[in-house]
Amino acid sequence: MSVLVNKDSKVIVQGFTGSEGSFHAQQMIEYGTNVVGGVTPGKGGQTHLDRPVFNTVQQAVDEAGADVSIIFVPPAFAADAIMEAADAGIKVIICITEGIPTEDMVAVKNYIADKEVRLIGPNCPGVMTAEECKVGIMPGFIFKKGTVGIVSKSGTLTYEAVDQLTKAGLGQSTAIGIGGDPIIGTTTKEAVELLMNDPETEAIVMIGEIGGGMEAEAARWIKADGNRKPVVGFIAGQTAPKGRRMGHAGAIVGGADDTAAAKMAIMRECGIHVVESPALIGDTMLKALGK
Amino acid sequence: MNIHEYQGKDILKRYGVRIQEGIVAESPEKAVEAAKQIMAQSGSKYVVVKSQIHAGGRGKGRIRGMEQRGVAVAKSVDEVRDIAKNLIGNVLVTHQTGPEGKKVNKVLVAQDVFYPGASEPKEMYISILLDRSKACNVIMASTEGGMDIEEVAASTPEKIVKEWIDPAVGLQPFQARKIAFGLGLEGEAFKEMVKFVTALYKAYVDTDASMFEINPVLKTSDNKILAVDAKVNLDDNALYRHPDLANLRDITEEDPLEVEASANDLNYVKLDGNVGCMVNGAGLAMATMDIIKLSGGEPANFLDVGGGANAKTVEAGFRIILKDPNVKAILINIFGGIVRCDRVATGVVEAYKAIGDIPVPIIVRLQGTNAAEGAKIIDESGLKVQSAVELKEAAEKVRNVVQEMGL
Repeated sequence: MSVLVNKDSKVIVQGFTGSEGSFHAQQMIEYGTNVVGGVTPGKGGQTHLDRPVFNTVQQAVDEAGADVSIIFVPPAFAADAIMEAADAGIKVIICITEGIPTEDMVAVKNYIADKEVRLIGPNCPGVMTAEECKVGIMPGFIFKKGTVGIVSKSGTLTYEAVDQLTKAGLGQSTAIGIGGDPIIGTTTKEAVELLMNDPETEAIVMIGEIGGGMEAEAARWIKADGNRKPVVGFIAGQTAPKGRRMGHAGAIVGGADDTAAAKMAIMRECGIHVVESPALIGDTMLKALGK
Repeated sequence: MNIHEYQGKDILKRYGVRIQEGIVAESPEKAVEAAKQIMAQSGSKYVVVKSQIHAGGRGKGRIRGMEQRGVAVAKSVDEVRDIAKNLIGNVLVTHQTGPEGKKVNKVLVAQDVFYPGASEPKEMYISILLDRSKACNVIMASTEGGMDIEEVAASTPEKIVKEWIDPAVGLQPFQARKIAFGLGLEGEAFKEMVKFVTALYKAYVDTDASMFEINPVLKTSDNKILAVDAKVNLDDNALYRHPDLANLRDITEEDPLEVEASANDLNYVKLDGNVGCMVNGAGLAMATMDIIKLSGGEPANFLDVGGGANAKTVEAGFRIILKDPNVKAILINIFGGIVRCDRVATGVVEAYKAIGDIPVPIIVRLQGTNAAEGAKIIDESGLKVQSAVELKEAAEKVRNVVQEMGL
């Protein structure tokens, strides 16, 4: 089972022949992901990494049966790339690109609203179903197949969590990097909901950061849903000052509700096992699972 | 990116938004010249002299060591000179600047807009920003001009009018009318407000702004609607398509270390603590600051070196952190996913040697690909650097250093 991507996913890479696209496509192929080709407008008909290059996403869907796309194109062209994928009927679009203008993402969110597509990101490390399918830039070797799902706004902090879980003997089902921008395709709550409904996932790690209200929304949903599976949560930025952007475009404390402390308090009230130190994610999950 | 009031008003004016007219000046003499021009235009002997800094609360703030407020009305050219002398080159402290304040380099000499007339002037509030949860822009308006919107939202939320803008069709005339009616306007002032809101929204979208806050918006005694102040933030990610707006950046408003870091493509935010840190990835960087605090120290900075983490970026990071005199220890925390820890370790050693003797203890935590090899390189380097692999271990070592040094 797992969610979003698995061994049957037929993945294309938009921005396939660029340096980022090439490097990570190669890594994905080595991990065992079924990369069926890529899209670079104007290079259709060529072969890259032993796979066909298409001019349009529509061709990749029609000719290679692609159903998942990963996007590495530069920020100025990324919104267009997402909309092209959605229009072509791709079911899961994963956008790695960082630095897309907010107005572009407002337009994208609106464009895909009534389409049957799930967008992950942008500004994210992608999605990883352990030992099956990597659609992203996460380091494969830290993952081990298992039953803990991960939802996170951050890249390296996700790796940290996965590494701690693996070393604690806890494998992972799917890790979903939802991204650190103010507007992203899939919210914390939506990603948590996917894992909550996944029979293969027994527990969830939810990693958030300052800014916005997504973690609070997810926490309230988890409680309303009856706390069906244990959730370990962490919010980065307990020491971040108000009004300063901390790296991620969305990581900025605006008011009293989007501080780390406020989010952690709501998460605790909703029955989530909140850790103050990110060093304790693995240990806390062991305890939450009674191991 | 933040810009100054006078720059924000220039943008608004270009889009047909009526503003309180003014001329920016960098010296008391220029301020006097500007005042004469403004007085001639407006026919009033009053002008307002406004400090131009990237912080709010200027009207209530005071120049350090003086009674002088950051925004003041002058009733004569001589008063303009006196006020400008007090402001320019001195430090203005407001509730938003913190106790260290901000140096005033420029003043805006602006027309007096509270002139007497047929009706009472009325101050209002309008802002435009992104509603993250609805993924669209929202216009907020309130009759409580001059007040902090968060206060209004807490005490009298019914006084705030909100209109969410459908991205597919943009601001519609009925929405502009709802705002103008919601602000209790009628007749000429109502029509003016509809025009004002429409032009303001166009300016917001066209400039890829991330926030407009016009506080106050004024209905004058002759029923004109104009922007008396303009707080404008622009989306950094969109500046590539607005080179003219990118030029509005004023680096004198930024911390010099942050300017140096951005020139080196490092994402650095200076903080007040005593333990510096250097991390790959924004989320892990924030988490590392939190670990420093939990270990008894105070984070001195946020620093994301990105995916590269090589000798060059590490050296640039070291140099910037070490320029902060408050830094008494440094924690480097790198999770090597794609980047290999042995390479990062070699980079740290090279950077250390390039800088020479670093006078503060350093803890280097390398985890991920080739973590053990990385730790070995650090341990065998002969440098005063402690290595760690697990995050818990790094936290312990920070705790020990903080205790030993009595931080």
